[in-house]
Order: sequence, then C-alpha cells, then structure tokens
Amino acid sequence: MPERDGTLPAPEPLPGGALSPAEPVLEVRDLARLYPLTRGVLFRKQIGAVRAVDTVSFDLHRGETLGIVGESGCGKSTLARVLVSLERPTAGRIRFKGEDITRLSGRALKAVRRNIQMVFQDPYTSLNPRMTVGDIIGEPFEIHPEAAPKGSRRRKVQELLDVVGLNPEYLNRYPHQFSGGQRQRIGIARGLALNPEIIVCDEPVSALDVSVQAQVVNLLEKLQDEFGLSYVFIAHDLSVVRHISDRVAVMYLGRFAEIGTDTEIYDHPTHPYTQALLSAVPVPDPGARDGRERILLAGDVPSPADPPSGCRFRTRCWKAQDRCAQEVPLLAVPAGLATAKGPAAHPSACHFAEVRPDVVPVASGPVP
Amino acid sequence: MATMSPAPAEPDVPLLEVRDLEVEFRTRDGVAKAVDRVSFSVGAGETLAVLGESGSGKSVTAQAVMGILDSPPGFVTGGQVLFRGADLLTAGAEERRRVRGARMAMIFQDALSALNPVLTVGAQLAEMFRVHEGRSRKESRAKAVELMERVRIPAARTRVNDYPHQFSGGMRQRIMIAMALALEPDLIIADEPTTALDVTVQAQVMDLLAELQREYRMGLVLITHDLGVVADVADRIAVMYAGRIMETAPVHDLYKNPAHPYTRGLLDSIPRLDRKGHELYAVKGLPPNLMAIPPGCPFHPRCPRVRDICLADRPEPAPLTGADGRELPGRTSACHFRKDELHA
Repeated sequence: MPERDGTLPAPEPLPGGALSPAEPVLEVRDLARLYPLTRGVLFRKQIGAVRAVDTVSFDLHRGETLGIVGESGCGKSTLARVLVSLERPTAGRIRFKGEDITRLSGRALKAVRRNIQMVFQDPYTSLNPRMTVGDIIGEPFEIHPEAAPKGSRRRKVQELLDVVGLNPEYLNRYPHQFSGGQRQRIGIARGLALNPEIIVCDEPVSALDVSVQAQVVNLLEKLQDEFGLSYVFIAHDLSVVRHISDRVAVMYLGRFAEIGTDTEIYDHPTHPYTQALLSAVPVPDPGARDGRERILLAGDVPSPADPPSGCRFRTRCWKAQDRCAQEVPLLAVPAGLATAKGPAAHPSACHFAEVRPDVVPVASGPVP
Repeated sequence: MATMSPAPAEPDVPLLEVRDLEVEFRTRDGVAKAVDRVSFSVGAGETLAVLGESGSGKSVTAQAVMGILDSPPGFVTGGQVLFRGADLLTAGAEERRRVRGARMAMIFQDALSALNPVLTVGAQLAEMFRVHEGRSRKESRAKAVELMERVRIPAARTRVNDYPHQFSGGMRQRIMIAMALALEPDLIIADEPTTALDVTVQAQVMDLLAELQREYRMGLVLITHDLGVVADVADRIAVMYAGRIMETAPVHDLYKNPAHPYTRGLLDSIPRLDRKGHELYAVKGLPPNLMAIPPGCPFHPRCPRVRDICLADRPEPAPLTGADGRELPGRTSACHFRKDELHA
C-alpha cells in the first residue's frame, strides 16, 4: 500500500466495528434545507417551500458508517449535498470535530471541504469526459495545492489508482475507456485524493451490475479500515445499506423516522414506515416467501411542498389516529419501549412505536 | 388461423417456446452476438424469469420474441419462436400482427417513455379496443375506465383524461400493465417492470401483476436483474450471460443448489437484508464485450473453477442428474463441471 501523508494517523481498530466513544467527527443538529416556491417574475413572491430536509440530527463517529435509506424524493440526496457544503442549509448546524462549519465561507470553507468529500451516484456523468483519469483524480490538488507539491502529483495519482484497484498506467486514459465499476473506482480515488476524514457516498453502487457492485462495496470497506474513514452512505437499497453500515437512519419526507444500529433497525424496527419498507424488500430466497407478512402501503409519498401535519407518514399509516395529525412525533426512544432496554429501545419518531416481528425477513437457510 | 384462436392449446404444446434463437447486431465496429442459441419455454399460468446483468442479452431476447427488435442494426439470424406451436419468425406479417398485440403483450421498464406524452392515458387505452376489436369510441372509453379500475388506479373516471406526466411512477406502471392486459393476452413479457420504482411501490406493482396473472392464467416472462424479485414471483429461472443461457432451474433449486459457477457467484455477491455478512464474494473481472466473447465457455475468464477444457470447448446446456442418477426435472446447466458444481 502506498504511504499516506501525516494528516491521517493510523486508524485504531474499533472493537467489533462498534461506535467509538470519542467525540464525533460530525455533529448535525436540526438541519433543514428548504427550496422556496415563488410566483411572479417582476414582483417575485414566495408562496411556499419544498421542505427537502427538515430538522435532521445525527452524530457520525470516526471510522463509522452511517447508512441513510429512503425512497426517491425523501431528501437523502439533498442531505448529502448540504453535508459536503454544496448547498447551504436553511437552518440548523453542522459541526466538524467540534467546529461549527455551517456559516463558513472563503478560505475557512475550503479547508473544511478538504476533509469532507463526496462520491457521486452516476459514474457516467460525474466524470468529465474530456479529462484524462490522471487529470480527474489530480484536480483536487489544483484546488488544494498544499495537499501535494507539484512535482509529486503524478506519483500520488498513480498511488491512488493503485489503492482503488486500477492499473496505475491508466493515467492517460479517458473515462469512456472504462466500465461502470471502474469509473466508480475513479470517482472513489478522486474522493480519497485529499485524505478526507469523511466521505459522503450518494448511491455509490446503484448504477452498477450485481457482480460488480460487490467489488465496489468491498473496496469501500477496505479503504475505511485502511484510512479510518467515516462514511455517510446514502442508498435506496436496504440490503446494501445493512451490509456496510454500523448505524442506519430511515428517512421519509425530509425527516428521520428511525435511527439505530443495523440490528436495531433491521431486526427490531419500531416505526411503521421502516416496517413497511422492510416487509416490501424482496429477499433472494424463495423459502422466505412464506412466513413473512407483507405490508402494502396505500398510495404515494405526499408532496414535500405540502407535507401532512403532525406525523408525515400518517397519510399512509395503518395505525394513524387523531393525535398523529396534531402532534409531530419526536425522534426519541419511545416511552413505552425505553424500559425494555433491548434492541427495541432506539429512537423512533412514532407515537405508537412497537416491535412487529412478523415483517422482519428471516433467513430460511443456514447463515454462511 | 385455427392455431391462433384463444381456445386452450394442446396440453403438451407450451404457450411459448423459443428454440435456438440467435440475434446479432451489425455495427460499424463489427458484429456483436447478442443472443446465441437461446432456448426456453413458458406454459399457461407459469412465470419464467430471465435473469441477467446488463449486456447479457435478456432484453434483446424479449424484443426478438415480441418482434420489436430495432432492425438494422439487430437481426434474428436463426432459431424459432413458437407461439402455441406456430413459428412467429416465418409467419406472414398479418398473422404475426394478430398474435403480437392481442395474444402477447409487453410491459416496458420506463413507462414514461413507453407512453405517448401528448395523448391522454384514456385515449391510449381506448385505442387498443378501437384498433384491435373495432369498438366504438364511446365503448372503448368505457372499457378504458374499467381497465384502470382493474389495475386499481384511484378515481379512474376522472383520471382517464390525464396525461402520462400527471401520474406518479407507480401509477404509470399500472397504466402500462392495463395496456398489456387490455386484450386479455395469453402471454405477457415484462422487461424490468419494477426496476425504476421504489421498494414499497415495487411491491404494490409486482403483487398486482401476480394477481392478474393468476386471474387470467397468463404465461409471464419476467426479464430482470434482481435476484430478490425473482425469488418472490418466479416458478422457473433462466440465467443468461454473454447472450447465452447458463442455467435453468425451478426457483427453489436454483437458490438452494445452483449448478453453474456464474449463478453461484451472483448469489454469493449480493448483500442480504436478513443477514449481516462479513465480506461479499465478488465475481472478479467484468462481463465480456459482445464483439469479442471469449472462446470456449464465455464465463471462463471470471470463473473460479476454470480448467483447460473451458478455454477450448463451449459447454452446451445439458440436463442435470441427481445423486441417484435420475434426471432432475427442469434443470440444465452449461458448465463442463455441472455435476461437481451441483454437488459442491
């Protein structure tokens, strides 16, 4: 493995991949991103807002992967863009290693961006077709010249290619000469170039074929162990998210419905939306067809420009009562489950949270 | 035309039988063999899943069967497509048209580009009845509403006047299903019908499709790359790779005991919702370029079991025998070492 610069100390092995007790690298509090809806050209008037991300809070620890799952339109990609400062939050705070980075600009913002990088979903459109691979991966060094002195850049780019499993001789090729999986490796190499501490991955494998997807997932896990990276891993595929994440947040209409460790969310979900989502995922095991209750949600996701009052899921929820329309459920350990102390006791934004074992997919065969 | 009537066929003639189908694409850069001696069959009320990654030839197979292959550059260069025993590839244009449309229908992945954006969905549904059944405008319109209700589109009576863009993705896919069902076909070919949809909507659409299939006892060919969807709905599976069928098996057997290294690799490489594994098995390398398919077994450069014979001899799909020496019904594998693989 090529040597890395001193910005990243050797990662300490985390016991069993568990959460580090130390201070989180990223603290997000009540983050919101609203897009105004306007009317009129001369006398522009705001008539409302699309609440893409609305009061989202979480911590991210060193070496940890936080998975964020949700259906299209739930705001997960907007959240990713706000986290890497591609968009300004409308409200809320983001703290990186204790420092508030929400309102930074200029040089200070640039310094922070070095540490929070992004890997995009579509390896076909996120790489400039007119640039060589060497220029694409080396471009971060143009923006942050302090990261690598001019003479060493070519060597650094070759090291990065090697780290992501591509031939270092491919430096002068163009993106179209690579397959989808290889292009995603190029995107990952670019994300790694500046030795970031956090990488936000927005659907990094969803454009890839099944047999190639595993290669990229394994690569991301290897890099995390090697460099002590923290990931925010955003995807709609619940199986991939479970595989890679230490903790998982389920997002619906701009808010977190539930957050917890992978076991808490996947084996003991308490929010009705999580339960419906899990019950709908097809499991590649015909033996699992039986003995599993499938919750079919009625209708579609409401518009984020006009979200339902109270609980946002109530319009599709089979448990909804009057209280759900009036009172916004907070993302906290539900009172009824707090005493249980087991895996069911994790934050869930539902007034009537409870465990429902019949929706959780159970392996019918032996676990390999 | 007697063989084409909707009356039930002879029990021993499958609804659709594809024999040694070959399709090639003639491009400026060379000839790509997209489908190479593919054979399968589907019975009434049965669901066959054709599973494959992108570039495996699964969609081209569907297009050739439906007769909607873009030609040029695509050409069917061999084989038969038998619908109730009659070959569609050699049939006259009139007969082909009658079968493809009324007796066979197709559902596409991307409903937004498959529907005409400048016509209301009602007009597009009603057209089916006017053209194929010669019904009046009024009658056709009433049938369109009825169809929309059958695929459970809320407020069908008013939404019949809406345009495709006014519907959500799941609702548009329902309209696609309604169009396919309109003339009560015997066979539906669905090409990745739920790939563009979210999981909760995917579940709604797949359930609806399965229910209607049971109701009408239709044959269903489900083209997909999703091993999860297949496990949920298929009766039998054909696994395609580089334009060829590598393995066919009843759904339970395939997942429990695959008989081809490619199938095994696919199954081991997907993360599972119901278990937390350590490292995923990754099939090394990439799917081949169809203009330069490796000689011998097309999977050999990626195969963990590869031996000398695999580089030279092309394995043909052959039946599998169980431990007791008896043939396993419905199972074939195109691997020289299918026996070892099966009993691995």
